[in-house]
Amino acid sequence: MTLKDKAAIAGIGATPYYRRGESLPLTETQMACQAILEAVDDAGLTIKDVDGFALYSAPIDPAEIGAILGIPEIRFSATLTSGGGGSAGSLGLAAAAIATGQAECVVSLMTLQQAKRRLGGTRTEGGGGGMGASSNPYGSGTIPPIIGFIGNAGMASPGHSFSLLTQRHMHQYGTTREHLAHVAINQRELAIKRPTALQTEPLTMDDYFNARMISDPLCLYDYTMESDGAVAAITVSADRAKDLRHPPVYIMGSAHGGMGRWSSAIFTWFQMPDEYFASSGHRPVAKRMYEMAGIGPEDVDVALLYDHFSPMVIMQIEDYGFCPIGAGGPFVAEGNTRIDGKIPVNTHGGHLSEAYIIGMTHVREAVEQLRGDAINQVEDAEIALVTGGPAGLPVSGTLLRR
Amino acid sequence: MPEHTQGVYPPALTESFADERTEPFWLAAVEGRVVASKCDNCGTVVLPPKPYCFECNGESFTWVDLPGTGTIYTFTIIRHPLHPGLRDVVPYVSGVIDLDGTQGAGARLFGNIIGRDPEQMRIGDKVEVAFEPLSDTYAMMRFRWLSQ
Repeated sequence: MTLKDKAAIAGIGATPYYRRGESLPLTETQMACQAILEAVDDAGLTIKDVDGFALYSAPIDPAEIGAILGIPEIRFSATLTSGGGGSAGSLGLAAAAIATGQAECVVSLMTLQQAKRRLGGTRTEGGGGGMGASSNPYGSGTIPPIIGFIGNAGMASPGHSFSLLTQRHMHQYGTTREHLAHVAINQRELAIKRPTALQTEPLTMDDYFNARMISDPLCLYDYTMESDGAVAAITVSADRAKDLRHPPVYIMGSAHGGMGRWSSAIFTWFQMPDEYFASSGHRPVAKRMYEMAGIGPEDVDVALLYDHFSPMVIMQIEDYGFCPIGAGGPFVAEGNTRIDGKIPVNTHGGHLSEAYIIGMTHVREAVEQLRGDAINQVEDAEIALVTGGPAGLPVSGTLLRR
Repeated sequence: MPEHTQGVYPPALTESFADERTEPFWLAAVEGRVVASKCDNCGTVVLPPKPYCFECNGESFTWVDLPGTGTIYTFTIIRHPLHPGLRDVVPYVSGVIDLDGTQGAGARLFGNIIGRDPEQMRIGDKVEVAFEPLSDTYAMMRFRWLSQ
């Protein structure tokens, strides 16, 4: 048995997207509740129908949401490990809960407010604090010995880490900054057509090359924005989805994980073998996901690729098989990922230009594309790819179809 | 306030937080030596030290001396100061180093690379480890550019 077509996304809900800190005085919990209530309403259900949570990156505690919203019974409550790499995989986790009869109506969501904490912020103060503490709430809380090897390296933000992967990709394959610029410009063109987008001004090649460098080879426009907001998805069984408000968006295939030695590498340490150092870390996940769905990259109509940094779009295009490994830069520059290209990518504008809600805006866009009501609609879109990560393991990919 | 030099990342951490497994690395570093834990079973170098060898799951390691040279596997030029104290330090280079005498992946070190105009730094350039003792038990790990 696989998860193929066992479950479907029936509802999507979201708060407005805000620039960093501008969601105050709302709290992350309030925004989560708002997105959940909108999502169940979108599905034609009520909060009384919700009985499961399939999460990633632990944005909220279902115990708290259950109490606030008066959910009658929670039957499934699980979180993929690590961070944003699990966004697309949380849909697979929801499908697994449903396919095995553990729950019937499952919430996946992200809520984010960066007023007081900044995900891309420094770890330089206090000798690299924040890198070490175990996520185990019963852990000792002591600083691990690895800190001695990384605390003085001057590498203190995610952008620095992704610069290292990008520089290696450029070295191995000839990828250029102009290739990265095309990723950012394509997405900006699409974002500015959407009223939800936080970036509203066009971006030109001149703008890109005049932008300040942050961490070579990445400049300002290669970085995601910092945003606030919440997005929730409701997953139910394929049968039940047929009777709800919108046409079902079936989960064809989903996988999460990665090569063991990928580790939490990108945030702490860089020990990956040559074979996949300059990659998105998604190759084995892509393979399992396509196998489950019984399709290949040539069957995908639109790809919503996690884009905290522009080069990681290029590496995912390669790792999901839309072009050969190493050819992602020219593939993008030739226009293949534009809305009228071979494989339209990030038609919502992505993290780079619409909003950064740790992968869930991509899920929302996939659902809109497959319902046929996207603002930048890909004609006759039947199958969408959504990804989470590149990040610490697990990274994830999910195929959705109408 | 310590004086800051452009390109030279100042120590943020002044103690090693070492345990028994990592302490020998830092005690050698204070003496200017680069040592690594090598699997007694299969010879894989595991650095920073871990409880198991990732190739064979061996648990027995011996500390060996390395030449202290290596090549730049990848790097970044950091131009935006992440806190005000780095304003006079940027731009500086930090990179990942494949150490000579190891298999590379699984034994890499990383840190600030000095001694070369950042614009001229290239992947594949040779560097040497340049430790600066911070105490009797911990040293700043830095790399000095040697040649193309």
